[in-house]
Amino acid sequence: MSILDHHKKIETHATLLLVLSFLVVTIGGLVQIVPLFYLENTIEEVEGMRPYSPLELAGREIYVREGCYVCHSQMVRPMRDEVERYGHYSLAAESMYDHPFQWGSKRTGPDLARIGGRYSDAWHVAHLINPRDVVPESVMPPYAYLMDRPITGEYIQDLMSTYAMVGVPYTDEMIAAAPEDFTVQVDPFGDTGGLLERYHSAQVRNFDGQEELTEMDALIAYMQMIGTLVDFSTFQADESR
Amino acid sequence: METYSLLRAFADSWYLLFMTLFFVGIIAWAWRPGSREVQSEAARSIFRNDDTPARDGASGPAQHLSEGAR
Amino acid sequence: MWDYVKLIVLAVVAVLAAIAASHARDLAYLVHMIIFMSAAAIAFLWQIRHMEEAVHNQNEYMDGVVRYGVVATAFWGVVGFLVGVVIAFQLAFPSLNLEVLQGFGNFGRLRPLHTSAVIFAFGGNALLASAFYVVQRTTAARLFGGGLAWFVFWGYQVFILMAATGYLLGSTQGQEYAEPEWLTDLWLTIVWVAFLIIYLGTLIKRKEPHIYVANWFYLSFIVTIAMLHVVNNLQIPVSFFGSDSVPVWSGVQSAMVQWWYGHNAVGFFLTAGFLGMMYYFIPKQAERPVYSYKLSIIHFWALIFLYIWAGPHHLHYTALPDWAQTLGMTFSIMLWMPSWGGMINGLMTLSGAWDKLRTDPVIRMMVVAVGFYGMATFEGPMMSIRAVNSLSHYTDWTIGHVHSGALGWNGMITFGMLYYLTPRLWKRERLYSLSLVSWHFWLATIGIVLYAASMWVTGIMEGLMWRQVDAQGFLVNSFADTVGAKFPMYVVRGLGGTMFLVGALIMCYNLWMTVRKVGEAKPAAAAAAVAAE
Repeated sequence: MSILDHHKKIETHATLLLVLSFLVVTIGGLVQIVPLFYLENTIEEVEGMRPYSPLELAGREIYVREGCYVCHSQMVRPMRDEVERYGHYSLAAESMYDHPFQWGSKRTGPDLARIGGRYSDAWHVAHLINPRDVVPESVMPPYAYLMDRPITGEYIQDLMSTYAMVGVPYTDEMIAAAPEDFTVQVDPFGDTGGLLERYHSAQVRNFDGQEELTEMDALIAYMQMIGTLVDFSTFQADESR
Repeated sequence: METYSLLRAFADSWYLLFMTLFFVGIIAWAWRPGSREVQSEAARSIFRNDDTPARDGASGPAQHLSEGAR
Repeated sequence: MWDYVKLIVLAVVAVLAAIAASHARDLAYLVHMIIFMSAAAIAFLWQIRHMEEAVHNQNEYMDGVVRYGVVATAFWGVVGFLVGVVIAFQLAFPSLNLEVLQGFGNFGRLRPLHTSAVIFAFGGNALLASAFYVVQRTTAARLFGGGLAWFVFWGYQVFILMAATGYLLGSTQGQEYAEPEWLTDLWLTIVWVAFLIIYLGTLIKRKEPHIYVANWFYLSFIVTIAMLHVVNNLQIPVSFFGSDSVPVWSGVQSAMVQWWYGHNAVGFFLTAGFLGMMYYFIPKQAERPVYSYKLSIIHFWALIFLYIWAGPHHLHYTALPDWAQTLGMTFSIMLWMPSWGGMINGLMTLSGAWDKLRTDPVIRMMVVAVGFYGMATFEGPMMSIRAVNSLSHYTDWTIGHVHSGALGWNGMITFGMLYYLTPRLWKRERLYSLSLVSWHFWLATIGIVLYAASMWVTGIMEGLMWRQVDAQGFLVNSFADTVGAKFPMYVVRGLGGTMFLVGALIMCYNLWMTVRKVGEAKPAAAAAAVAAE
């Protein structure tokens, strides 16, 4: 009997330790994370945000795959020098369709939150083939092989429906039209009406200058639209945030 | 906003009180009378059973105290 | 009977993995399935040759798995440090992003390989091995769960292989320190739950009345990492035959969850777990009980409570709402107190035995580890102050801070643990050479100092250069100017890393020779301990 009692006490102690420490460590997360989903002003209301077009989304996948985020942030802080150097400070709304966020934590290279439209496609191609050809001080690795990698958008519909599942507003129509939208975005002479209707201000051109549709096209299509969507004339800062 | 205000008010009042008491409780527990012996016993427990597990029945801190203090 | 169940499960896993491999949509998934298939096949063959053999003598400690853990720790340590040195020189000399490496060996893919190799492979194996060793000695009981510990060990190595090959082949979800995609994440979850079961089971069947404080730290580390891993990796696979997946969280929420995870990976993986090590190995090596057991109790509860709040200091001045940033900053600063409480407790354990610092290089290593812990936990709260952070964030300062913690605290305490464990696990009477330990100590220490100092210089320099404006209010430096200015310090950093790597290689040689050349321990206590296995 006494052994049983003893054993029971021991059991409750190890388990008690487990339960207590678990309780203590859940609290911080709950208080910090849960309200972000409830608070209306966590994400500002701005005009212009839309989901990525199929080609831009594929480009973003390449951006993530190559680990660009380990050296480039996408988050301009509201300080004088940063706004001067990069442009308007970043809003929470601008990454609302980013699963996951790509704010980054390190600027071995410059911030890219406002890179869209800042350089020409040709500059990007030259820079990605060998960064030191255009920026002698650069320590960025070369990505020339992206030019040789054709991309077909074979699984783009699966990808988009998965994004739809986690809350990105891709409609059935967008997913159905994805394969055409994917290829037409690099074809200035194609029928781009549908694409532009679904994805306003999508940029249509042959990004890498090659005949073939390559990963370079997708990556540059993505980079040229980063930070260009929000219409800042409609934005008013929320003081209470 | 409603849920948030509710959570915030709770966190600022009752929960804060609970956490403070929890902490004071832990400190009081660590300094409770008679804790010194238990604690020094626990602190020395690492100096026994280095090579084999304790045998059933043969265990218990008392037998080990002298060799534990080496 | 149970052995036959295992055989069937392994056979099914191997066949399923083969089928999945033939449907693979991408190379990473194919490789992962081949790893699964091979692992299951090898385990199957091993099981067939060892049917009905498993005897778990409750009067012996299960040390075989700890020995494997020690070897794995040393091996992955060298791999992780080597990759670190390579990428450090890639940053100094970008032409090292060789033509032949394009597509898998660029900095962007090697950097996650480096961070995961040192944190999860080196640090993880150190925690696994030491947790299995410590929990047995402090509970005076053999590990719970029979052969389950072997599953945890090999399962964890499979996880490391999957993560590492995944990074090189471009399978990443793009969240720092949580890069692996759904399949690897699921596998780690299974292994981790088994780890928790073993640990808790051993605590419950313990023969000591008290749960020694080191076990508290280990237990909270295991539980919290499980919670963080699951929440931060909630994701939906794009296909069951591809490695790609989409995380559930987006934007601000994604950032908050990620740094709640990221900071507590530091707090619970690299701090709580390693504090468990500190509370066992320092008293053992110093041969005196911990300075204040009371302090250790308060240290534990204060640390785990405060750490969990500190995540938002990684997101100062970003689009994260201000209230969350303020909360993160406040708790980060408060965290300084319990951290230093723990440091004092570790250091003061030596009071009355300070002479050992002169005679015993192993304890010197452990003490310096605690010193670096104190330094990093002062620097951390300081950098979490918003005004300081506005300068330090995005710069090399952060990298320096992380490395003074990782190399100084985690690295040095692990080396100390390896030097402590190797003679005991292989029943040798002593280490092969104490002077080689001294060499290791000085190489590692000077390496860390070079590393941290060069990163302070580049970090503060680039932070100041970025914000420098002239009299008219225009920016003075282009971004490229700041990159160019950092070159000499990048070389110094690479050299510091190289010294640290050389030190680790010396350690491997020393440990190897200890096992090969040093005579068996005099069987004073060994008479009772029939060599395990």
